Amino acid sequence: MKTEYKIIANIIENNSSILDVGCDDGTLMEFLKANKSTNIRGIEISKEKVQTCIAKGLTVIEGNAEFDLKQFPNDSFDYVVLGQTLQAFVNPELVIKELLRVGKKTIITIPNFGHWRVRLNLLIKGTMPITNSLPHNWYNTPNIHMCTIKDFVKFSEIIGFKIFKSLALKNKKISNINNSNLFLKNLFGELGIFLIEK
Amino acid sequence: MNTKANLKTLIIDKPLKLDCGQTISNFPLAYETFGTLNANKDNAILVCHALTGDQFVTGINPITKKDGWWTYAVGPNKSIDTNKYFVICANVLGGCMGSFGPSHENPKTKKMYGTDFPVITINDIVNAQVNLLDFFGIDKLFSVVGGSMGGMQVLQFVSNFPDKARTAIPIACTSNHSAQNIAFNELGRQAITADHNWLDGNYNSKNTVPDKGLAVARMAAHITYLSKKGLQEKFGRKLQERDDLKFGFDADFQIESYLRYQGSVFVDRFDANSYLYITRAMDYFDLVKQFNGNLSNAFKNTKTKFFVISFTSDWLYPTQENKEIVIALNAINANVGFVEIESDKGHDSFLLDVPDFLKAIKNFLDKSYAENYNEN
Repeated sequence: MKTEYKIIANIIENNSSILDVGCDDGTLMEFLKANKSTNIRGIEISKEKVQTCIAKGLTVIEGNAEFDLKQFPNDSFDYVVLGQTLQAFVNPELVIKELLRVGKKTIITIPNFGHWRVRLNLLIKGTMPITNSLPHNWYNTPNIHMCTIKDFVKFSEIIGFKIFKSLALKNKKISNINNSNLFLKNLFGELGIFLIEK
Repeated sequence: MNTKANLKTLIIDKPLKLDCGQTISNFPLAYETFGTLNANKDNAILVCHALTGDQFVTGINPITKKDGWWTYAVGPNKSIDTNKYFVICANVLGGCMGSFGPSHENPKTKKMYGTDFPVITINDIVNAQVNLLDFFGIDKLFSVVGGSMGGMQVLQFVSNFPDKARTAIPIACTSNHSAQNIAFNELGRQAITADHNWLDGNYNSKNTVPDKGLAVARMAAHITYLSKKGLQEKFGRKLQERDDLKFGFDADFQIESYLRYQGSVFVDRFDANSYLYITRAMDYFDLVKQFNGNLSNAFKNTKTKFFVISFTSDWLYPTQENKEIVIALNAINANVGFVEIESDKGHDSFLLDVPDFLKAIKNFLDKSYAENYNEN
């Protein structure tokens, strides 16, 4: 099990209602269903992956988070989870507002574009960075709105949401992010994990 | 049409008040079952048939001697596995395969009801069917499943009886019949009533059948069940057993011949008045209006787990209309899954061998069933 999933599970309280946005093949949903709450739903854009989820006995709606979250009333779920997909949306601002509206709490994870390897990649090679967590070329990447941990923290001020928990993941180890260590976490964190509320 | 003496029939003595205001009682509901009801009586699936379907879901239909209409999906080891589940299907009220319908004799006149038969609705159909649950002693269905008009029955059933189904699969359907849907049905009805053999619905008494009108109705409807792409790929402009155009009005093209064939076989198995009544029931279906403009209210407090399925090339009951059901369910936090299946076979996809569709149903049912067992 990915460390990221364990961290997400640790944040979520037992028996909460959960919506996994962009639930992919349902791996996280399965994990949460077994360990946290059976009241869990997913939304996924790929037909194939929706089928995979159904085969796992998960309740998933085929849909696009950019358009299809609006069907959910305010505060529909205790937690809304968005794992490493914010950067793939045409309009991440709208998506985040929708997540905050639909969920009482929102958990977002972002691949950190501020990681030193990414920075070095661009600095030395002079080409768009390709790393283990960002394996695509610039012309075929689904990640059209990459951001850094620092960007996301700033984003909270721009949009006006509260960050209740911010964690950086590095070599499967987690650490808290705060104002004093933001520079370092932004340099060495591979993944940012945030618990936010409107 | 008199080979129907041996059909399984439940006589419903409990009076049923119809939406039109009339009350019927002691009426027959023809049904068929497949598989075995287990001791806990928790493995029953009610399958609801579409406009021209009947209770013979799978296996050989004893009347037509052809495969049942959902043989791809229902049977031993199939999506709806009859080794595991007990499948019940009733011929709809107003139908012509043994259930109370316009071809039955009116005890008052000793003649066929014809157009004296009361206009029935999807609500009436469902309220008649639920008697089968009592008959089998089933407290709660494991699932209620159906496509097209069958899907409408699924929605109505769950709305009317919120505690009677653990899961529900409405397929390729709608919560209210669109103007286009009504228009096509009206075309079919006009074709039937314009046939001079229809005789205001009294054709039986004169030993005749409005077969031309009924065939045209079927032909028109059949086009709506297919997609443009599917038709083009299957028939294109291919000619029917001839090298060139004949400059006449015989079936030059394969598509013409195909439609004529579809029309001709249909009249052998279907009653024209039933066609009028059942299409009317579909047209009147409007669950949104029934709940004052808010479809969510139809499913208030539902505990049922829904799985809504649509098809990409279905233009008769397009994905958007199916999605409206999903949206209404999400608005009340119901447990609902949804998938749009890729298929170029049009509305008919749900009746055909579409592997992604068949797989989705099987997985949903089997996983849900396993889950229920764990919980108990």
